[in-house]
Amino acid sequence: MTRWTYLLTLAGRSAWNRRGTLLFVVFSITLSTTLLLGLERIRTQLRESFVQAVSGTDLVVGARGGNIQLMLYAVFHLGGATNNMSWDSAREIAGRAEVAWTIPVSLGDSHRGYPVVGTTGDFFEHYRFRGGTRLALARGTPFAELFDVVIGSEVAKNLGYNPGQSLVLAHGSSGSLLTEHGDKPFTVTGVLAPTGTPADRSLYISLEAMEAIHLDWQGGAPLPGLRISPELAKKFDLEPKNITALLVGLKKRGQVFALQREINSWKKEALTGVMPGVAMDQIWNMVNSGERALLLISTLVTITGLAGLASAILASLGERRRELAVLRSVGARPLDIVILLACEGILLVGAGIVCGLAALAALVASLGPALADSYGVAVRLSAPSAGEWLILGGICLAGFLTSLIPALRAYRMSLADGLCHII
Amino acid sequence: MRPQEAAEFAFCLRGARFRWPGQERDILDIPFFSAGPGERIFISGPSGSGKSTLLSLIAGILCPSAGEVSVNGRCLSALTGAERDIFRGEHIGFIFQQFNLIPYLSILDNVLLPCRFSPERRGKAEKQAGSAPLAAQNLLEQLDLPSPLWKRQVTRLSVGQQQRVAAARALIGGPAMIMADEPTSSLDADHRKVFLRLLLEECRAAGSTLLFVSHDHSLAEEFSVTVKLAELNRAACPEENRGAP
Repeated sequence: MTRWTYLLTLAGRSAWNRRGTLLFVVFSITLSTTLLLGLERIRTQLRESFVQAVSGTDLVVGARGGNIQLMLYAVFHLGGATNNMSWDSAREIAGRAEVAWTIPVSLGDSHRGYPVVGTTGDFFEHYRFRGGTRLALARGTPFAELFDVVIGSEVAKNLGYNPGQSLVLAHGSSGSLLTEHGDKPFTVTGVLAPTGTPADRSLYISLEAMEAIHLDWQGGAPLPGLRISPELAKKFDLEPKNITALLVGLKKRGQVFALQREINSWKKEALTGVMPGVAMDQIWNMVNSGERALLLISTLVTITGLAGLASAILASLGERRRELAVLRSVGARPLDIVILLACEGILLVGAGIVCGLAALAALVASLGPALADSYGVAVRLSAPSAGEWLILGGICLAGFLTSLIPALRAYRMSLADGLCHII
Repeated sequence: MRPQEAAEFAFCLRGARFRWPGQERDILDIPFFSAGPGERIFISGPSGSGKSTLLSLIAGILCPSAGEVSVNGRCLSALTGAERDIFRGEHIGFIFQQFNLIPYLSILDNVLLPCRFSPERRGKAEKQAGSAPLAAQNLLEQLDLPSPLWKRQVTRLSVGQQQRVAAARALIGGPAMIMADEPTSSLDADHRKVFLRLLLEECRAAGSTLLFVSHDHSLAEEFSVTVKLAELNRAACPEENRGAP
């Protein structure tokens, strides 16, 4: 056994001998580790599920306006679009050679606070999220008839809807005094599987249905005296005039810049083309200021934990004076005492980190499904990521540096004391 | 120091003076004090007379403010602090008044401690008994600590047993010198005699010089040399000189 490994064993045995007190030190480091790593994991998963709410879409097109605003209503179905783009432009873009698919998005109505999105069957075919996952139906089928609606998982769960049920849409996106499209009830045909994206909180109908329910409307209110029954509505030309936004997928990603340039200088109307990745990052950076505050708090918790480590070891030095002097008398050098104390600190930090990782795994395993259910954040059980290794390394390094404080105190003490404390 | 003195003395102090920092006068001023290898020296003196300081000087824990201290032919002030630590680990075994043992180590591990830190002591122990643990076991048995006791926690040994474990630790690997600082003061009279007899036997067997500090004069007759510190020490107060019989 080399001197180093002997000192490490000695440190371990000594610490075990004082485990009653040191347990709390390990506990506080466990807490710091769990907090820092848990936060990091939630942060990355939150960002991932946020930024990847839309994936595979190369360009989001809408009426001229702010990039972020366009993303908010095209992807998150939040806020009202102030301007629409024409269906003609949408069809022209869809018809271009480099375009593989398009998904139209038409907003304006809601159902009990959840946005209603007018779109086409292409939505179920081409919409991708989180690394290219396709939408799946948990129950039922996509809309086929005019007054069919497909609902998101959260809508279904919170309102207790099942396929076959009928529901009424309201005009407008928020407020309690919304006028309802009571004369044209919809039938739920399908429920989407949970995605952790805004799709969970939305209802999807066809663009034609969107037109149909507004046939007898003008300027946001039903036309007085005009009533068009659902059966009659089917006989009208239901091709939309306008949509809110268009999600565009290209055959080759490299063509995105050329198309974007073209859309931004569209002749017939003022359009904006946004690359979702960049805009989603921008939105995330706007809403994540809390992230830094949380990081700061958990860093402070870690510092508190390490201060506890230093003070526990420092406090133990008084009662260990004799133990250290005995070690010196049998040939331990002052440097050995430093190593002994530093080893103790590292062992404690190591134990704290291992317990922290275990606690994190237990938390993720037990709370992960609930998190995914209620917030759509998929926190998965996995090996530490690069960022998490960095945090672990940081805790180790900080722990090592912290344990040098009592180690150096012991060094000075054993130089000054020698064996005088016992002789 | 002249080379031939190396073999002559187990330790030797010449004009060694020591003063604690901040003190006005020396606590020790020893013109000359030496002992030959294998001698058994009994040092007596009231507490506070500088017995522990004297041991610290000979052990190289403290450095004299003037004069020189040599042990086993090596002048200690010529060594660096780290070298003195190594030298001490190799050549000196300690027995303290009480609480000698590391509470979280087994009896055997306590005895083996010097072998962990000093390769020389380990080498000598291996040479004597084949292996260091065997050397430790032999010593424990000779010191009347039979194997059934070895599994016991050191804190659950009697004080007398603890002191004998400490003696085994001091003796393992046959260091040139054993320093015992009031090792019997926490023992009752019967155990005192037994302990001293065992310690003297083992020191004789190992050929170690024994430096034994005590205020109990009844033990003095077992030693080859008996020294009153006050007689050695020019810095001793006159009252101390008077008080000594």
